[in-house]
Amino acid sequence: MKVLVLEPAKCTGCRACMDACSFEKTDVFNPLDSRINVITFHEDLTFVPTVCSQCEIPYCAEVCPTSTLVKNTTTGLVDFLKEKCIGCKQCVVACPWGSIKMNHLGKEIIKCDQCSGDPACVKVCKAEALTYVDVEDMISSKQHGVAQAYRRIASEMQKGVNP
Amino acid sequence: MIDGGYQGTILRVNLTNRTVKEEALREDWAKKYIGGRGYGTRIIMAEVDPKVDPLAPENKVVIATGPLDGTTAPSSGRVMVITKGPLNNTIACSNAGGYFGPMLKRTGYDMIILEGKASEPVYLWINKGKVEFRDATHLWGKLVNESDQMMREETHLEAETMEIGPAGEKMSMIANVMFNGHRAAGRTGVGAVVGSKNLKGIVVRGNKGVSVADRDRFAEAVRSAREILAQNPVASGGMPLYGTAVLVNIINSTGSFPTRNAQDSFFPDADKISGETLRAQNLVRNEACSDCPIGCGRVTAIKEGKYKGEHGGGPEYEPLWAFGAMCGISDLNAITMANYLCDRYGLDAISAGGTVACAMELYERGYMPATDAPFPLKFGDPDALVESIRAMGEQKDAFGKLLAQGSYRLAEHYGHPELSMSVKKQEFPAYDPRGVKGIGLEYATSNRGACHVRGYSIAAEVLSPGLDRLVYEGKAAVTKFLQDLTAALDSSGACLFTTFGMQAKDLAQLYSAATGFECDEQEFLKIGERIWNMEKLFNLKSGLTGKDDTLPPRILHEPIVSGPSQGEVEDLGKMLGEYYSLRGWGEDSVPTKERLQELGIQDLS
Repeated sequence: MKVLVLEPAKCTGCRACMDACSFEKTDVFNPLDSRINVITFHEDLTFVPTVCSQCEIPYCAEVCPTSTLVKNTTTGLVDFLKEKCIGCKQCVVACPWGSIKMNHLGKEIIKCDQCSGDPACVKVCKAEALTYVDVEDMISSKQHGVAQAYRRIASEMQKGVNP
Repeated sequence: MIDGGYQGTILRVNLTNRTVKEEALREDWAKKYIGGRGYGTRIIMAEVDPKVDPLAPENKVVIATGPLDGTTAPSSGRVMVITKGPLNNTIACSNAGGYFGPMLKRTGYDMIILEGKASEPVYLWINKGKVEFRDATHLWGKLVNESDQMMREETHLEAETMEIGPAGEKMSMIANVMFNGHRAAGRTGVGAVVGSKNLKGIVVRGNKGVSVADRDRFAEAVRSAREILAQNPVASGGMPLYGTAVLVNIINSTGSFPTRNAQDSFFPDADKISGETLRAQNLVRNEACSDCPIGCGRVTAIKEGKYKGEHGGGPEYEPLWAFGAMCGISDLNAITMANYLCDRYGLDAISAGGTVACAMELYERGYMPATDAPFPLKFGDPDALVESIRAMGEQKDAFGKLLAQGSYRLAEHYGHPELSMSVKKQEFPAYDPRGVKGIGLEYATSNRGACHVRGYSIAAEVLSPGLDRLVYEGKAAVTKFLQDLTAALDSSGACLFTTFGMQAKDLAQLYSAATGFECDEQEFLKIGERIWNMEKLFNLKSGLTGKDDTLPPRILHEPIVSGPSQGEVEDLGKMLGEYYSLRGWGEDSVPTKERLQELGIQDLS
């Protein structure tokens, strides 16, 4: 299973992901219709991307009165079944991340569906702050990172240097 | 009928009467001049008397986007400021990155025309189709970063801002218009014109999308363009790694790095102020403008010394040179601080550095009496640099007021205008024409005074194994070609840095797919040439002549003292005649009727 991994420390704040997302979903460039968002803190030029986490226990689905939002156990995604939506916006309130949005007209619920396995945002993220990877690989790459740090310490210790 | 790329509406703002009017974008002008720099200049041509005092209410300012702004076309978020510039009376067009351009489009406007003069300081708040004039008396005097934050807090945190700093308010001839608190439309003093109108800034927020004429074709053109840049070693290697500062060591190693007000052109300490050192010492992270895969922007902090804790954007290559080699300074932290101060006051860093360097030479030669300087102005003194920038930004004393007028007026004041390293009163940037011949032609003929980003021949003369930097042959043609290409590119909303990999045909493809106006490489370049000639016509009417197409005497006559270009001078005459003839201009630098007719702008002469 693949997951969308966000690494804010790598984000350069170009917001191409937002433009690419809205264009993929609506054929128009409008960041307000983007499922992914980049928050910019101008004071210190910090950029933080946010997008639906496809929660295992999705609050949005729990509060949805019409089962419009449902956890798909096969794909791991929280699916949005548009035709069932009555527009009550409970999901918008329930989502702790702000990842369930209204579109630019404030009419329609929008959320990330990872573009059926080929996310448009990832394709334009040159900084690789967004990647779409197997969940196992994501975890093992983290483990490798930690192990590398230990390896460095071990090699310093071999030299008789107290780290 | 315009199918895409443009929003189709221009907002006209009269600051005197505090009225606004929406006007339709003219399709014929969009086809002839694209948008941004080209279309904006066409508006100025139609509405502003070229003889007008640039700081009078009769002058106008166009804030313009291009058809690629707000799309995923790579590096497509440029915003342009077009007006008659106060520094040298030329048609001024300065552009900046950041996010303002795309957001302006999302308010539904391609451009804003600013006219008249507000009776009191104001700022504009353009929010989803509503335009408000807001009092700005509490913002007047605030630094750029302060007013950016205050305006967003007073309006909307996700809005984007344009603002001037104290330099623009006090009408410094080298004042910038700033965007997002740290992105600069520098050069030509456009900030002074905005200041003369009592306009502190513009805040924009919109919810309108940007459509393109042919969805699939545009998506493919974007994919292809991004792929080209991804494969390019400069756009995807040197630039993200070291920023534009990657050029410090490269240019210095050719001995074309003007040093101590161009008394020499090789700086032995270059590596202390290089992109490599900046990365190791001050870089916090990379920053990219809207939709840019290159991300050359530097977010930096000063980590030790007297400016410890200061942070901001940059410095880019140009300020590293202007405050560094040009002032004989190798203290990277002081240079970085000088750059932050320029952003905060809203000063053009190239001109500010060139002016301090000029002041240092005037002082060392005794032309500027010691009593006129609040502190010794010695080359190599980092404190003198930082304090000079402060004085220039604040203009609290005669020294600061004089420096704020730029190096030409400073040097003229002391009877030695030849010590201003400028063309048409504008300070030249970080490449010495004595060591890179073609760039001298570009400085001499640029329509806004000395400038490297009108026809960046360095790309052909130094950065690629194309032309020998020390020969004159072929330089006129490459300069004309790059000037035409850049004029069209600027008008599209794309960044010049896309041309590290992309060619005219790639840009034409994006432009055609976005707008539905079929345009091939030749047509794209012809549009650029049309814009170039239109700018030239404005300058001629403003009073400039062929005599102004020259270089500082030092560049023409004083050989470089040391380094790889030792002994070189620039012989501009070997290129200028050929350039005029390629342009279809007379020897007097005036476009011929025939050429204007070919370009379809005979009515503008």
